[in-house]
Amino acid sequence: MIEVKDLDFAYQKEEVLKNINLEVKKGESLAVIGPSGCGKTTLLYLLAGLEQADRGTIKINSQLLTGIRDRSGVILQDYGLFPWKTVYNNLALGLKIRGAVGREIKAKVNSALKRLKISELKDKYPAELSGGQKQRVAVGRALVLAPDLLLMDEPFSALDALTREEMQNLILEIHARESFTYVLVTHDIAEAAFLGHKIAVIKEGKIAAVLENPHFGEKDLREKEEFFELQKKLRNLMSLKAEGVDKDEKAEI
Amino acid sequence: MKKQKFDSLYALLLIVAVWYLLYFSIDSAIISSPTAVIKVFTANFGREILPHLLMSFYRITAAVAISLILGVSIGLLTGMHPKIDRYLAPLIYLLYPIPKIAFLPVFMLLFGLGDLSKIILLIVIVIFQIIVTTRDGVRSIDSKYFASARSLGMDRLDIYRHLVLPAVFPGILTALRITIGTSIAVLFFAENFAVRYGIGYYIMNSWSMVNYLKMYSGIIAVSLLGYFLFKGIDLLEDKFCSWQKLSDKKA
Repeated sequence: MIEVKDLDFAYQKEEVLKNINLEVKKGESLAVIGPSGCGKTTLLYLLAGLEQADRGTIKINSQLLTGIRDRSGVILQDYGLFPWKTVYNNLALGLKIRGAVGREIKAKVNSALKRLKISELKDKYPAELSGGQKQRVAVGRALVLAPDLLLMDEPFSALDALTREEMQNLILEIHARESFTYVLVTHDIAEAAFLGHKIAVIKEGKIAAVLENPHFGEKDLREKEEFFELQKKLRNLMSLKAEGVDKDEKAEI
Repeated sequence: MKKQKFDSLYALLLIVAVWYLLYFSIDSAIISSPTAVIKVFTANFGREILPHLLMSFYRITAAVAISLILGVSIGLLTGMHPKIDRYLAPLIYLLYPIPKIAFLPVFMLLFGLGDLSKIILLIVIVIFQIIVTTRDGVRSIDSKYFASARSLGMDRLDIYRHLVLPAVFPGILTALRITIGTSIAVLFFAENFAVRYGIGYYIMNSWSMVNYLKMYSGIIAVSLLGYFLFKGIDLLEDKFCSWQKLSDKKA
C-alpha cells in the first residue's frame, strides 16, 4: 500500500528527514512515534501530499504520489474543522469538492454521522462541541470520503485520558470493519503500542527502529502483560538518544 | 428579538428626552420643539422628504456596493499574496490619510456635476477601510485551516469560497458599519454642491431658508437612514456569522 524509498526532506536548508524507508501493507497500520521536532509530522504531510520530498519517492498503491490523493483521509492536529460550518457541512465539504451530488452527499454524511454517533450534533458549530465531540467530527470528515488510507497527526493528544482511549477504541473498531490502511503519528507510547501493527521510532529525522506488534487489535490489550512489555521496549528505544539531552540539561543545573 | 426592539425604543426615548431638556432650557428658535418637528416630519415625509432620502440612499448603496466589490478583491489579493502587498501597501498607506473630501471640486470637474462625482468621492473614502480590514483579516487566518483545506483536496477557488471569504466576512461587516457612518457624513457635505435631490441638500436648504422645523425633519430622516442601514448589517451578521457569536460566548 505504502512504499517510501530513500526519502529526504529539508525545511529552509535544515534537514528534517533523512533517508526514510518504509513499507506498509494494505489493511495494516503504522504508528510513528518520536519526540516533538523529530520530523514525524513532516513525514505525515509528505504522505498526505501536502509537502513534496527533496529526494526519494513515495508510492501509494504502486502509484507515485505527486499531490493530494482523492482517497486519502487526513486528520490534522487541532482537528482542522472550519468554525463557520456546521458539523454537517464540515463533513459534506470534502464530498462537495470531489463533485458529489446533493443526494449522494446527504446519504454519505448522514451514515457517517450515525456510525460515529454524532447525528444529534449535525446542526451545531464546532465552537459548541467538546474536545471529544470535535474529534469525532474530524474522524467523520475523513471517513465520509471512504478513504483507503487514513493519515492522522497526533489526533488525540488534546483529549483527556478516558476520551482518548474511547477514541482509540473507535479507530480500531472502524478499522476492523472498513479495513483501510492507516498511519498514525503520535508522541504517546501507549497510543503507538495500542494502534500500530508496526511501530516506527523516529529520532532526529531518521528511523531508529521498526517494531512489529503481534498483539495488535487483541481484546483487552491494555490489560495484558505484552502491552506493557512493548511500551517498555519503545521507551528504551526512544530514550537512548534522549539520555544525551538529559545529561546536557543536568550539566546546566 | 423582543428585547432588541425594546433597546431601540429606549434609545429613542432618551434622545427625545434630552432634546426636550435642551428645548426648554435654551430659549432660542434654533432648538425647535420635538413635537412640532415630529408633526412636520410626518406631514412632509411621503411627498417631500422621501425623494431626497431615496436619492441619498441610492448614492450610499451604490458607493458601498462598488467599494465592497473592489475593496474586498484588492484586500483578498494583497492578503493572500505578500508580493502584491509589497507594491500595493505603500500606495495604500500614502493615499489613505489624504482628506479625499478636498478633491470634490476635482471630481466634479472630471466626472461631472451629477451623481457620479459624489459616488466616486464616497468610494475613495470608503474603500481604504475595506481593503485594509480584508487584508488583515486574511493574514490573521490560522495556517492550520489552510493545511486542513488542502488536505481535503481544495483548489485555489475552493479555498477562497470555503475558507478565506467566510473567515474575513465578520471583519468586513465591522468595516461596513464604520464606513456607513463616515459615508453619511461625507455625503451630507457632497450633497451641498450642484444637486437638487439628496437629504444633505434638503437639510442645508431648509437651514438657509430659516425653516428649522424642516431642517430637523431632515436630520431625523438621516438618523433613520443610518439606523436601517445598520440594522441591515445586523441582519447579515445574524444570517452568516452566527458561528462567531458562539465562539465569542465560549471564550
